[in-house]
Amino acid sequence: MKLTIRETMSAFRRSPVLSALSITTIAFSLFAFGLFGLVAVNIREALQKVEERVEIRAFVAADTPSEVIALTASEIARFPEVARADVISQDAALKRAREELGEFKDVFDQASFLPASIDVRLKPGHRDPATVKRVAEKLGTYDFVDDIRFGEEWITQLYRLRNIAGATGLVLGLAFAAVAVIIIGTTIRMAVMARSREISIMRLVGATDGFVRRPFLIEGFVKGVLGGLLALLLTWLSMRLIEHYLNFNTVFFDGRLAVLGVLFGALIGLLGSAFSVGRHLRKI
Amino acid sequence: MIRFSKVTKSYTRGQPALRDLNLFFGRGEFAFLTGPSGSGKSTLLKHIYLEERPTSGEIKVSGVSSRTASRGEVAKLRRKLGIVFQDFRLLEDRTVEQNVAFALEVTGAPARAIPERVARVLTRVGLASKATSMPRQLSGGEQQRVAIARALVNDPFVLIADEPTGNLDDRATRGIFQLLREINASGTAVIMATHNLDLIRKNDYRSIEMDHGTVVFDSAAESGQGAGVAGLSMMTPESAP
Repeated sequence: MKLTIRETMSAFRRSPVLSALSITTIAFSLFAFGLFGLVAVNIREALQKVEERVEIRAFVAADTPSEVIALTASEIARFPEVARADVISQDAALKRAREELGEFKDVFDQASFLPASIDVRLKPGHRDPATVKRVAEKLGTYDFVDDIRFGEEWITQLYRLRNIAGATGLVLGLAFAAVAVIIIGTTIRMAVMARSREISIMRLVGATDGFVRRPFLIEGFVKGVLGGLLALLLTWLSMRLIEHYLNFNTVFFDGRLAVLGVLFGALIGLLGSAFSVGRHLRKI
Repeated sequence: MIRFSKVTKSYTRGQPALRDLNLFFGRGEFAFLTGPSGSGKSTLLKHIYLEERPTSGEIKVSGVSSRTASRGEVAKLRRKLGIVFQDFRLLEDRTVEQNVAFALEVTGAPARAIPERVARVLTRVGLASKATSMPRQLSGGEQQRVAIARALVNDPFVLIADEPTGNLDDRATRGIFQLLREINASGTAVIMATHNLDLIRKNDYRSIEMDHGTVVFDSAAESGQGAGVAGLSMMTPESAP
């Protein structure tokens, strides 16, 4: 192992330019992937915020006792799909209408025609059109519920947008990942080719395939990790520039995604090396 | 020790490189391999260290069969062989002693024993004072000595030399050949491919002449000592390129 590490280190020392070039290539390939990832994360974040506004409003009849409404609301809150169910009294409805429709607040001055309601918010993962409609239909089975509103068309459009964004993200993500894998694989292959003479001498003096392969695998892994970290730094700097000059509020990768990104680089470095050395060894 | 049984090597294009070859090299033997370029000398040597495998027939080297040897077994076999080339094949970015030590390191030799073994073999080839030199700082003859030291450091039972003096002047050639003789005298077999007819004439070692992938003369067969093919013609200076 000591010898393997020494060989790996000397490979970096002997060809610093090629090593730096490999790391930079890996970094920029992953940076392109990272930028795409950043866009995807921010779109997802934005859609999540919109999704959180998905709400079912069940208007109750005027003469319904408030105890019955409260009891029903707590029953609805126990539905598996429901995150919370709030009772909005007539007064609260009036107050909210004044706040939301500020310029028309005079209309609501003396009005008491706004009905009380039970406002239902759904848990994440239950905000798709089918679930929303099913919960709305369940609310409609209560006798004292006069009317139910949940913006069916809006939710359907939102979900269509979400699905399009998801599918496009998946295809683009795979394409970016494939490009990164190809570029990184080619770079590592160049590094292996540059040391083909050394590999053939190693084989000649009795080195096993495993012995020849190990330093290259470690080298690929290290280059992948360094390239991944550099890509992460470049992505973060880009995000800060966008925030600064375009005045956007953006979300950066959380710790888990950042680690995954670096590990992705390490994995590509490792697999690229394994593939390139393996191919080279089969030829000699 | 090394036996070729009905060995034929064909590539997809052209004539077979080796044809129905039967040869035996014994322990401690010194054998010259000669013949014009393209006659199959290097191909034959590559079959000994199993860089090439025969299309038909079998080679057995120290009990390892070309038919069944895995890549791992080939690697282990090569640790018992010393291989030297015309172009030295040294690692240019490592010192003389690092080049030699490398052959020990890949075999997993104990790290503590390596410096002493390297020093001993460098003394043997007359390069103890150049241990820390880089290959480019050495003459061709010295570089070949480093290659021989690397080949010897694992105490091989046979040294395979593919035109080791091909790039050297007369003086260096004599020096390298003398070294090979000494190595052979200490018990290591030497199989040396060469175009140098003077060396062959002046030394009473076995000589095998090849042409078009076949053995056309084997002095051991002539004298009834070896298991080689019956000699067909003596090598003449004109037949050499």
